Amino acid sequence: MLEIRQQYSLYGVILYVASTIYIVYASMHQPENQVWNGLFWIVQLFVCVNAVAKAFLQESRGRMLYFYSIAGAKDFVISKLIFNLLLMLVMSLLSLGVFIILLGNPFEFFWKFVGICCLGGISLSLVFTFLAAIAAKAQQQAALMAIMGFPIIIPQLMLLMKISEIAFSAVVQEGLWQMIFLLVGLDIMVIALAVILFPFLWKD
Amino acid sequence: MIRHSWWKILAFILLMYTCTMGFLVEIPKLDGRLQETIRNLFFHVPMWFGMMTLFIVSVVYAVIYLNKPGSKADIYSVEYARTGTIFGSLGLITGAIWANYQWGAFWSSDPKQNGALIAVLIYFAYFVLRGSMNDDEKKARIGAVYNIFAFFMLFPTIWILPRLAESLHPGGQGSEGNPGLNGGDLAPSMRLVFWPSVIGWTLLGVWITTLRIRFRTLQNKLMHG
Repeated sequence: MLEIRQQYSLYGVILYVASTIYIVYASMHQPENQVWNGLFWIVQLFVCVNAVAKAFLQESRGRMLYFYSIAGAKDFVISKLIFNLLLMLVMSLLSLGVFIILLGNPFEFFWKFVGICCLGGISLSLVFTFLAAIAAKAQQQAALMAIMGFPIIIPQLMLLMKISEIAFSAVVQEGLWQMIFLLVGLDIMVIALAVILFPFLWKD
Repeated sequence: MIRHSWWKILAFILLMYTCTMGFLVEIPKLDGRLQETIRNLFFHVPMWFGMMTLFIVSVVYAVIYLNKPGSKADIYSVEYARTGTIFGSLGLITGAIWANYQWGAFWSSDPKQNGALIAVLIYFAYFVLRGSMNDDEKKARIGAVYNIFAFFMLFPTIWILPRLAESLHPGGQGSEGNPGLNGGDLAPSMRLVFWPSVIGWTLLGVWITTLRIRFRTLQNKLMHG
């Protein structure tokens, strides 16, 4: 895959994670819980745009043709989804680590947040993989990613921020499982749509 | 002529009825909170019914296009989405005007306002996406794919998420609330105006779209000889 061939792009993302969080730290030091939560998910969003968008945008035409000849559209998109999912999982946990080192550890229930963080990373990576596949076909790809991605991702981010409140203190969240099921349902919907619709994007 | 355009005449009559009876019909005065602003029901709510109908037609044509590419299905799909987006924007605006009098501000970040805004923004992105491609065939194909995706995103944004949060919006008391209004609450006299207005506005949307489709088809013919 691309990231192994172009290792500098992987290191680039890691550096991006570290420097973004450092800037957040430099401007906020150790913020309150709610601010911490909000900042964390916004940083996740930008990391995801940077890491996952590369999946399709930086593949050259020739290489796409090569993939086309060795694999079917469905296998290709599923492998992309899985790869980006793992990549984003690593990035989420990495940024969680850096966040705790720099901005402090505000959690009462740390492992709950790790779980939510994984779920969030998965959701973000799936949506952006599919959008990157669409945007790769158009011009001005980076701008399009933002235009298409941000409205679509807002509901997910709002859900994630709400769910993660349970990790900060022992509050009783109303409809917690409902929200988690909704998030998982959204993920499944995105996977299904990607698998069904990608073959139409593929042929050129 | 009557046989072909009876529904246009029907739309005209229903909208005339809505625009007169909507202002004249007897409304119940419950506790002095809603007062006359309830009449917005005949103009704001039908916009969402109309938008949903137009988006459903649009996504059906997007699926038809992907199964059997042809410029006809593409034009239908785009134009229905365009009118649907306009209806959605009008729904937001009429809602905001109402909210200014009822809630004290045009925008108060109510879950229902946010959800609807996101839904409309997703459809705006559809037009930006189409605009960014030059090749007609590619534009239609990628546009259809995104259209289907956008349609499925309507469900969380306007049907599910707003139900989960507390809202001031009529009919939305907490998680058991309906996304829009509670139909059972309507006074019978208002129901007699409300449903005709829904049908009237939706027919008007379809009418506008068919005009746009005829215009685009002619334009295509002229451009390609």
